[in-house]
Amino acid sequence: MEFVVISLLNGITYGLLLFMLSSGLTLIFSMMGILNFAHASFYMLGAYFAYQISTLVGFWPGLLVAPLLVGAVGALVERYGLRRAHRFGHVAELLFTFGLAFVVEEVVHLIWGKVAVDYKIPDELDGTLFTLFDTAFPMYRGFMMLVSVGMLVALYALLTRTRIGLIIQAALTKPDMVEALGHNVPRIFMLVFGGGTALAGLAGVIGGNAFITEPGMAAAVGSIVFVIVVVGGLGSLGGAFIASLLIGCIQTFSVGLSISITDVFALIGVELLEGSQVARLTITQLAPVLPYLLMVAILIFRPRGLMGAREN
Amino acid sequence: MNSAIFSRSRLALWGGCLALAFALPLVLKSGFIISLLCQIGIMAVFSLSYNMLLGQTGLLSFGHAVYYGLGAFATMHLLNAIGKGGGPLTTALLPFVGGLAGLAAGIVLGYVTTRKAGTTFAMITLGIGEMVAACSLMFPGIFGGEGGVSGNRVVGKETLLGFTWGPQVEMYGLIVLWAFACTIAMFALTQTPLGRMANAVRDNPERAEFVGYDTERVRFLMVILSGFFAGVAGGLSALNYEIVTAETLNAHTSGVVLLIAFVGGIGFFYGPIIGAILVTVMQIVIGGMTHAWLLYFGLFFLFMVLVAPGGIASLIVVQRALWQAGLLGRMLPHYAATALPVLILLAGLVGLIELGYALLTGDAGVGAGDTATKVLGMQLQLGTPGPWLTALAVTGIGIVLTRWIGGRLRSEWNATLATLHGDKA
Amino acid sequence: MKQRNFRSLAIVAGLALAASSAYAQVKIAYIDPLSGPFANVGEAGLKGFKEAAEILVNQKGGIKGQKLEFVGFDNKGSPQESQIQLKAAIDQGFRYITQGNGSGAAHALIDAVNKWNARNPDKTVLFFNYAAVDPTLTNEKCSFWHFRFDANSEMKMEAITNFLEGDKKMKKVFIIGQDYAHGHQVAKYAKEMLAKKRKDVKVVGDDLHPIGRVKDFAPYIAKIKASGADTVITGNWGNDLSLLVKAAKDAKLNTRFITYYAGGLGTPQAMGASGEGKVLQLTEWHMNVPTKDTEKFALDFNKKYPGVWFYYLRINNMVQMVAKAMNEAKSLDPKEVALALEDMRFKVDTGEVWMRKSDHQAMQPLYISIFAKAGGKNVKYDSEGTGYGWKTLATISQRDSQLPTACIMERP
Repeated sequence: MEFVVISLLNGITYGLLLFMLSSGLTLIFSMMGILNFAHASFYMLGAYFAYQISTLVGFWPGLLVAPLLVGAVGALVERYGLRRAHRFGHVAELLFTFGLAFVVEEVVHLIWGKVAVDYKIPDELDGTLFTLFDTAFPMYRGFMMLVSVGMLVALYALLTRTRIGLIIQAALTKPDMVEALGHNVPRIFMLVFGGGTALAGLAGVIGGNAFITEPGMAAAVGSIVFVIVVVGGLGSLGGAFIASLLIGCIQTFSVGLSISITDVFALIGVELLEGSQVARLTITQLAPVLPYLLMVAILIFRPRGLMGAREN
Repeated sequence: MNSAIFSRSRLALWGGCLALAFALPLVLKSGFIISLLCQIGIMAVFSLSYNMLLGQTGLLSFGHAVYYGLGAFATMHLLNAIGKGGGPLTTALLPFVGGLAGLAAGIVLGYVTTRKAGTTFAMITLGIGEMVAACSLMFPGIFGGEGGVSGNRVVGKETLLGFTWGPQVEMYGLIVLWAFACTIAMFALTQTPLGRMANAVRDNPERAEFVGYDTERVRFLMVILSGFFAGVAGGLSALNYEIVTAETLNAHTSGVVLLIAFVGGIGFFYGPIIGAILVTVMQIVIGGMTHAWLLYFGLFFLFMVLVAPGGIASLIVVQRALWQAGLLGRMLPHYAATALPVLILLAGLVGLIELGYALLTGDAGVGAGDTATKVLGMQLQLGTPGPWLTALAVTGIGIVLTRWIGGRLRSEWNATLATLHGDKA
Repeated sequence: MKQRNFRSLAIVAGLALAASSAYAQVKIAYIDPLSGPFANVGEAGLKGFKEAAEILVNQKGGIKGQKLEFVGFDNKGSPQESQIQLKAAIDQGFRYITQGNGSGAAHALIDAVNKWNARNPDKTVLFFNYAAVDPTLTNEKCSFWHFRFDANSEMKMEAITNFLEGDKKMKKVFIIGQDYAHGHQVAKYAKEMLAKKRKDVKVVGDDLHPIGRVKDFAPYIAKIKASGADTVITGNWGNDLSLLVKAAKDAKLNTRFITYYAGGLGTPQAMGASGEGKVLQLTEWHMNVPTKDTEKFALDFNKKYPGVWFYYLRINNMVQMVAKAMNEAKSLDPKEVALALEDMRFKVDTGEVWMRKSDHQAMQPLYISIFAKAGGKNVKYDSEGTGYGWKTLATISQRDSQLPTACIMERP
């Protein structure tokens, strides 16, 4: 019981963090048709910016400033890079973001070095929030949840309650029509790209010190975010939300289960032959593959994803 | 395009290339160069196989390393299984087994991935690539875990015409033979109905369907065949490095082959070969000079995407067209005039980047051979603004000059192109 | 030095490579991760080697009048890349290499060196291993061309379990490790030896996680917690250890950690006060082992490289022993140097290091220590500026650390 509750809390925290990344990616994809390969790089930039700001003026200003900075960088990238690449088609755009991920990682090497930086949790949040079955739940994880949920509510309000949100929603499905109505779609694109990357930056600010801020952090999370977007359904924010929580929980729970595939089959009454390598694998060992397995299964059986409206 | 696959001029070209490839190690005897050439040969086959998908069929794959890696593992395991029982001849033929493994993987995975084209295909290949890479660490019996599988390419005591494949230069000969055989086969494939249909599927899938071709089937066949050649390349890499680890089939390797093919030029058959030469040389030569080589390479790639999405090959082709139309002379002075500000700009940028790296790594510089901080040994003044301001100023001058002269180059370029196309019409 | 560098400003790399090999130097290629998740470990090692070569060899006359130099080659922690970097080093004229981080890479290098030496008997290469602890490297896979200067995993676990034999507080043990050769071996030896020496102790968990890829250890900590273990045994190193203890701290996990590598490279900082009295390590040295020269060396090192803390005494041992062997050998040919290094007995600050001839495994005194509040006589120095340092609990003499070997060495 204790294990289940704690793992559930850990899983939800992680899932919410993932959603902050995948929501930006989903928005960008549905608006512009671009799979932003560099999305996780903006997550990393957020962490590094916040680290830099925290060494100068402390954590709290960074919480606000770092995502804005990341968003500004994102908007610039859209304005001077992607928009140019757009002339050569979607493949060129994709390749542009792909190359951008490379460059961002190298720039991070150049500025902050190849070694992890010491981006610390602020003292105010370094403690125990509550103790459950005598396992401490860190205050910082509670804070992460709070920020994520706050962002979720704000995003929802922005998309459904404001004029710009309505235009974005309209542009999700009928970009041509929106343009015909006289809206400046390129500028909306820049805004959405900047906004999406700012969300990733925010995730970086609160994820960087919870885990570790190092040049490999983008690559570590990048492919998982893609999995989420595909599993949830391309272009579906609701799907991304469910998939984020799902994958967050899968990853935390699978670590804790040391039953093997043989045991799983035994549960349903099938005896597997002893000795084969597959049969002896435990769920813990399978943990890194599970998200990808889920993704491939979804792609085969339900190509538009859990909640996706469009197939392509 | 020439309808005969092996016209006389083409034969001459291929023969010339083969002769050159064999002559190179006779002239350049250093071990460093031969290792470099071996790597180029392997990457050329690998990136050509990749371009069968991206360039010829329009399939953007992010998981091509899976075929390469599986081919490498199959080759390595067979090599170890044969062990002392084999001889140099069996070793020389092993990359074919790697190819078969790649082909088999192509059948299984291609069945899943090729149902869709476009972005969906790209994402499925990414997912499958990641899945195979993650799985590879789970089955240490097959993939050797983190340590990988190693073997010895010298089997038995006998020799084949004096070759054991032990010395690197003999391995180079073997790679050249395989690379040529594969290149010719892949080129021949572009001339077959399947190759032509792949182009049609790339350019206009609806119309291809309309004419009565099954686009899914064409994509499937192309994935299988390109899997074969990627597997051969993997087999060659297994023999060359004598170790295969799970990294050979991960996303990084897939990314590298994409970069190579794109930089070389995906619109041309030989583009990826240019890319393989360029990228490998850059990686090893510039990588030996500076720690920042990946940054330079990334910037170069972004530059190519934004300015010359056709790759190096497209630039060459345009120049050739100009030359044939007698217009190259008109452009040359402009090229020369542009070169200077671009060089100034590059010098400034390189200076800034290298200064940054030198500051970062300091005396205990790291990287291949530690030469970078020594070549640009500016640690002395790093603390003062002098070198930084100089580099900034040079960059600034470079930007201004490049914009100015670049604008003139562009208008002249457009005028020349207009003349060229006008001539044709 | 700077002058010469300046003149070579315009020289392209190829020339620079050629030029640098013209200096009278004995060069050793350091093939270890200088980027990626273990870059901090690799960089600390390289700084250690450079400093040791300068202070302990070059300032004392060098090697046959030449300077000893270590040059970094980034293997990114990968076995395959290690082999590629080995090739690059050989192509640049290196005849000696050293590596330590990751037994996978060590295996790849030993294979490659054996093959290379068999094919190029006139250009042999010698491999000094300063930290890869897989026992097979000096047992089944032992090689004439490989020398190990660290105690291997089996020796370390033997020492740890001997220490635990008298520890009646321990009831339930959880073993966690990185999923590769080293992690597997730690788990295997821990289970075997505990089963022999402490039949009453129950192993309640045995987990492997992907190496260098786990960023959030909270789920693993939850599992350890759920298992009810009072002691965790881990062979983790680098960030994999720092993040593990960090997650344990966050969840207020109240178990004891018995480690190989908690003594340095960021782990003490990650533990902070939460590690007090709970984290143990087995090493060949720590700052509070009373020594004469090493203490000064370490203090100077820490001052010279702020943020990097001196950690590897065995690097100093290795550099001095290699220099001695080179000076005593007839020539600088790797084979001659290897012969001179075999069976060498070398006096260091902590006692005697003996390079056993039969398997090329170094034997040296070992220390088990616990993280404790700094101050007083026993804990003179703190670790990484945390206010806590290592207090010796037990000393294992060089003789006691020895274990038999299964090595059947092919000698040239």
